[in-house]
Amino acid sequence: MIQTNLARRGFLLGAAGLGAGAVLVGCTSNEPEQQSDPQQENMAQGDNAEPGEPVTVGFSAPAADHGWMAAMTINARAAAEQFSDVTLNATEGTNDVNQQIAQVEQLINAGVDVLVILPFDGKALTQAGQQAMDAGIPVVNVDRVFDSPLAYRTWIGGDNYRMGVNAANYIAERLKQDNVNNPVIGEVAGIDSLPLTQERSQGFRDALRRHGFDVGPRVSAEFTPESGEARTSNLLQGAQNLNALWNHDDDQGIGVVAAIENSGRTDFFMVGGAGSRNMMDLIKADSGPVKATVLYSPSMASSAIGMARLLGQNKGLGDLAEHEVPAMLTTYSAVVTRENVDSYMDVGFDS
Amino acid sequence: MTKALDTPPVASSTASALRRSLRLDVRLLGLLGVLILLCVIGIITRPETFPTQENLSTMLRLAAAIGVVSVGMTFVIIAGGIDLSVGSIVALSSVWMTTLATQSYGPFVMVLCALLVGLGCGLVNGVLISYGKVVAFIMTLAMMVSARGLAERLSDRRTQVVTETGFTEFFRASFLGIPVLVIVLALVFVVGWIVLNRTTFGRRTFAIGGNAEAARLSGINVKRHTALVYGISGLCCGIAAIMVVARTTSGASTNGLFYELDAIAAVVIGGTLLSGGRGSLIGTLIGVLIFTVLRNIFTQNNLDTDIQNIAQGAIIVAAVLLQQTTSRRRKRKPATSEPGPQPTQATGSQS
Repeated sequence: MIQTNLARRGFLLGAAGLGAGAVLVGCTSNEPEQQSDPQQENMAQGDNAEPGEPVTVGFSAPAADHGWMAAMTINARAAAEQFSDVTLNATEGTNDVNQQIAQVEQLINAGVDVLVILPFDGKALTQAGQQAMDAGIPVVNVDRVFDSPLAYRTWIGGDNYRMGVNAANYIAERLKQDNVNNPVIGEVAGIDSLPLTQERSQGFRDALRRHGFDVGPRVSAEFTPESGEARTSNLLQGAQNLNALWNHDDDQGIGVVAAIENSGRTDFFMVGGAGSRNMMDLIKADSGPVKATVLYSPSMASSAIGMARLLGQNKGLGDLAEHEVPAMLTTYSAVVTRENVDSYMDVGFDS
Repeated sequence: MTKALDTPPVASSTASALRRSLRLDVRLLGLLGVLILLCVIGIITRPETFPTQENLSTMLRLAAAIGVVSVGMTFVIIAGGIDLSVGSIVALSSVWMTTLATQSYGPFVMVLCALLVGLGCGLVNGVLISYGKVVAFIMTLAMMVSARGLAERLSDRRTQVVTETGFTEFFRASFLGIPVLVIVLALVFVVGWIVLNRTTFGRRTFAIGGNAEAARLSGINVKRHTALVYGISGLCCGIAAIMVVARTTSGASTNGLFYELDAIAAVVIGGTLLSGGRGSLIGTLIGVLIFTVLRNIFTQNNLDTDIQNIAQGAIIVAAVLLQQTTSRRRKRKPATSEPGPQPTQATGSQS
């Protein structure tokens, strides 16, 4: 009697477990019902748009562990697909420096024409870049710069300092328009030990000072939504008067916006950083605190592929008088506002 | 309040038992003193913004997720184990409950999904530790790595924003002025306290942590019990995941980062022995609150996070030193009545 009862209990438990498992597996899908990915525009123009001699581009980048980095790889692949004369040889992204060095060496051995490298650590991969250059393969160094100019033919990257400057200028102008005297301006930074965070904060501080303003309450989060929410919640409690808030990173910005909504505060506006599609949607809707975001756009990966193609074909950039691709190219940290957001939707990335 | 004492079935006189229980209370009081001291510092440095009802509810809301995780962790550590995978299970549950597929079934399924995923991961830990004889440290380390990996795979390393407004509205609401998240934390804590201190299950947990072999010989099904304790920890992670998603309105594989360290720190400064057999949920709760208040004060005073980390480390060390001196004093005095130092045996025989 007890035996059968136990057996039945076991059977029921097992069935419940299986059922739960089946339900859970059914919940793993992430396919949106309809996809509307705005395609990136303005790739190659003029004579350069014509297909030239075929170029094989090797591509190596860190693991796509957050939205921005994922967008870098996605953009590189999409850009390569737009050119009929480009074959992309992309390696699996890795955050292991030694593995990335090995990948670059493999790409050199595979005989690619041009290399596009976004190093996990610029210092550590300098040697690998140098090796490629020595082998006669031009290297396009993306964003995180190598230690020595000998290790790359061209560098393309963003401008962290100017991100801060442009955010500060936008905030200052808006506040002056509203005739706010002695405003309290908050800052939600990224990881403070990273040079990029220090540059962004420096630019923000310097530009605000030019307007006679100062940075008020400041916290540093960790580029994750959760840390953004936690730090901002505390910041808002400490700052009962706030006129503007700059958040360095749109990935953590999801948490920052959530914290502002949780607090129910409407007395200030917020400016984002990086340019995720999510933030652009919020700017466009204009219903919440987000009024603008300063770009640090992963579209630079698309440009890097375009430049690699031109390097492989010995062409220069269309509108410049230079016969060659320049050795350095810094992207501009444009301010995306409600007025111009539509023209930037194509470079917004999914955070 | 601290039922730790009924663990070792020692035939000590009620007088000495009373004395020991009083001493344990003194330690809790000391911890409470630290918390009150921190609050006083907060009130002195920020008299207008710290002692407000709004700030109190913000702090409690931020403490909710890590508090629930710490309740589960207290069970595991009292039972002589350790769970390093809590942060990753929070990440996995938060991602699983926010996939587009899960969201399409509505808020109820989202909650259920998080709970099932958490419970499932915890049970996998528990079964492999107790029946598969994998050391708890290694098993949960493996779960920590692979659960986060699975979370990254499911989410494609994107931040999944919750569009299901019913869910966010419910969990971000307040009931009688108290945020729902805080009510959930209180419920989990009360249920946990009753289970740990007023049921056979709790008493067996203490017994297993004190001396697993003795517990087995006295007829406790140690294996099944251990598996269930890890299941509880996993379930708590599921609840915490719901809270994190409610707070940040998003599920991401970066959620719950370093929760294992925060939870273990809170449990240890709360007076639970890392070797098992003795502990208190109230101490854990005070430990969690100490860290939360500390962060709030630092942010409100606009201090850098690095100083905050130093202070946090100092508090952990001070609390453990305090514990060691009290336990040494205890060992010296009633050396005759206590059956040797049980901690060392407990860890050895646990896995």
